Amino acid sequence: MSFYDEYTRYSEVDIDAVLESTTSDQVLKIIGKDRLTAMDFLALLSPAAEKHLEIMAQRAHQLTMQNFGRVIFLFTPIYLSDYCTNKCVYCGFNVTNTFTRKKLTLSEVEREAQSIAASGLKHILLLTGDAPTIAGVAYIKECAQILQKYFTAIAIEVYAMDTEEYASLIDSGVESMTMFQETYNPLLYDRLHLAGPKKDYRYRLDAPERACQAGIRSVNLGALLGLDQWRRDGFFVGLHTDYLQNKYSDVEVSLSLPRIRPTMGQCETGLTVNDKSMVQFMTAFRLFMPRAGITLSTRENAEFRNHAIQLGVTKMSAGVNTAVGGHIESQENSGQFEISDNRSVAQMCEAILKLGYQPVFKDWQII
Amino acid sequence: MDDNLVIGGKSLSSRLFIGTGKYSTDAMIPEIVKRSGSQVITVALRRVDFNSATGNVMDHIPTSMQLLPNTSGARNAEEAIRIARLAKAAGCGNWIKIEVISDNKYLLPDGYETIKATEVLAAEGFVVLPYISPDLMVAKKLVQVGAAAVMPLGAPIGTNRGLKTKELLKILIEEISVPIIVDAGIGKPSDACEAMEMGAAACLLNTAIASANHPGLMAEAFGLAVVAGRKAYLAGLGGTHQYASPSSPLTGFLNE
Repeated sequence: MSFYDEYTRYSEVDIDAVLESTTSDQVLKIIGKDRLTAMDFLALLSPAAEKHLEIMAQRAHQLTMQNFGRVIFLFTPIYLSDYCTNKCVYCGFNVTNTFTRKKLTLSEVEREAQSIAASGLKHILLLTGDAPTIAGVAYIKECAQILQKYFTAIAIEVYAMDTEEYASLIDSGVESMTMFQETYNPLLYDRLHLAGPKKDYRYRLDAPERACQAGIRSVNLGALLGLDQWRRDGFFVGLHTDYLQNKYSDVEVSLSLPRIRPTMGQCETGLTVNDKSMVQFMTAFRLFMPRAGITLSTRENAEFRNHAIQLGVTKMSAGVNTAVGGHIESQENSGQFEISDNRSVAQMCEAILKLGYQPVFKDWQII
Repeated sequence: MDDNLVIGGKSLSSRLFIGTGKYSTDAMIPEIVKRSGSQVITVALRRVDFNSATGNVMDHIPTSMQLLPNTSGARNAEEAIRIARLAKAAGCGNWIKIEVISDNKYLLPDGYETIKATEVLAAEGFVVLPYISPDLMVAKKLVQVGAAAVMPLGAPIGTNRGLKTKELLKILIEEISVPIIVDAGIGKPSDACEAMEMGAAACLLNTAIASANHPGLMAEAFGLAVVAGRKAYLAGLGGTHQYASPSSPLTGFLNE
């Protein structure tokens, strides 16, 4: 049994028909429930629920207060290598993009770490492209060991690995993993991922579960909103998160809400996800999974991120540079994607405090 | 009359234990301490950054408070033991609240792992206060392995739902020889008061104060509620009756 079986089961549901036929009354009843089913969650993603966004937002706010309090956890990514063997049409690291690729040496990792740590942050997210022969498990382990000197918690956002590889990284101090399935629609997935190991939909889909089996402490999932209809991918990524929470109850699960941004590559999906839809998705998810974390990155602009703090978001990146080595020197390429919120860690803290929340740098330490 | 609660050799005049999480700013903690009258405060080691240049939550805790570090984030006994030892090494003293949670959906504690951790840490000289579901056999085993108090939940943590486990709490209060401290789920001062009226030795709560519109005022309300409940318990509650009894309609003829 893997999430694929769950996905297959729900794929048989006529999702579009459910979304279209959901009524305003049904939505109101669901908002008042203590525990939501998967089909309730789907109903909250329907066009009919758009009329009730304010009530959904208030309920989401209340649940977030109750479960997390008035705090926002902060972290920042460190890009170790942008070598990549995949051809993903929406990504700046696409193998066919011509720019000078870079992999940090271990001494550069140390300097980047020092530069980031000076901001006070304690949680770091380590990223690489998908090029195991250049930036593989052994390299990531070495980097994790350096990062441990400066940070109390290390997360990874790297290519899909097997269980033993995850276990080996956990032994080196990695406590969390992020994996975006990008889209749960296998046909579209196949069209967007033209070549490379990432083309294997099923291997990627099961990667978070393999990390759970390897003993990871927390898993963060995401669908890149704007590839497929957001209501469909939003539904499936929510189901995936719920599946992992139910099956691996000792793992802390969370969800990222990445919305597609301009990159060095080209991607014409023709779909846009507006702010209203983002709010509908994040509040519906909060009602569905009150205990799960919600992460919002600097893909979103400062104004939207400030509002989102009150809508269920619990974790944010700050002081972000998506270029490899970008913290120690200016890079010619603009990184994996363009960011929209350039605030420093200190500026983010100031904004969070002003909204009546506490910025939290440390929420775990290697024990 | 001295009605102090004694735990781990420490005599406490306040029976309200408080937390440090969920506040919009740690700077609020001194006011919460003062207005609640509490003398014991729990703090999650996972959150404390002892190396922070800008300070940490500990800077806001008055030195007169008894620190109760907790093992939040521990998924099994081994992790709880490691966190407890780290807390002690960091200078947080030898009290420890064991919190082992391998269920992230409801945040219900793992009794078996909690017993294992308590046994090891009590033997090492810790004053161990384990957080559990109100299960009589788990509580009995915790006492056997050296728990200084037992802290059953009133409702799942953070829910503010009150004493949903009331009948089980009553059994623990009746049967367990160490202090029973109701931890988690208390939403209103009247819940805390009720727990104390039932004979609980103390209450531990955080969310109900931290999520109030006016946390300082709510801290004061909880302080008063715990005192009132305790006094009522000591005074001995009168029995309750289902029917009013102005006369004796059924047996009055016996006196005629």
